[in-house]
Amino acid sequence: MKRLEINAEVSNLAAVSAFVDEQLEAADCSMKSQMQIDLAIEEIFVNIASYAYAPGKGKAVISVDISEDRTASIIFEDSGVPYDPLAKEDPDITLSAQERTVGGLGIFMVKKSMDDMKYEYSEGKNILTLVKKL
Amino acid sequence: MTVTKTEQNGCFSFEIEGRVDTITAPELEKEIRDCTDKAESIVLDFAKVEYISSAGLRVLLFAHKTMAKKGGLTIKNVNSDIVEIFEVTGFSDILNIQ
Repeated sequence: MKRLEINAEVSNLAAVSAFVDEQLEAADCSMKSQMQIDLAIEEIFVNIASYAYAPGKGKAVISVDISEDRTASIIFEDSGVPYDPLAKEDPDITLSAQERTVGGLGIFMVKKSMDDMKYEYSEGKNILTLVKKL
Repeated sequence: MTVTKTEQNGCFSFEIEGRVDTITAPELEKEIRDCTDKAESIVLDFAKVEYISSAGLRVLLFAHKTMAKKGGLTIKNVNSDIVEIFEVTGFSDILNIQ
């Protein structure tokens, strides 16, 4: 399990993606899975950076584990306000362009592209786990 | 991300290369916003786009809505991974994709 502790700031997105991509590349992950995981990282990390500690600042911890059966688990932890992104209702993707907004679309994209997601709030921490078979 | 802009008879074409994400999407939005008054239509060439996140989709939705009153927004040369993102999010039903 590799672990990165970093300031939860949008400007650190590239560093977080690079950290996870490095583990994925070592596991010979397909470009498609890597893109889906990058997308998930962006949506989750930007959410944490934007809302978890607002208006203050704080840390996020990202851990990556790739099991022998090539299942990647990516865990995001923060000590910000309790927030379960999985509880959010899915957006209505059948609305016309004029009625559409992009709210909630990010987490919806993540749900659609990962094999499993788990959220728990434990000891003052939001812990979100993304699972993707490589 | 790099954006190359060309104009011909009121049609503004943007050739986009790289990643359209939280960091780069505002730059694309600004480029598009700068020409929506003058443009009759807008074409986005996605041949070299590797990745788009919800921040990028937000810009596409803005451009689509803005140009809907005129000659519209067209997105061309989209690769299969990005087509899948458009499909999952319902954007393939909204956007004019060639």
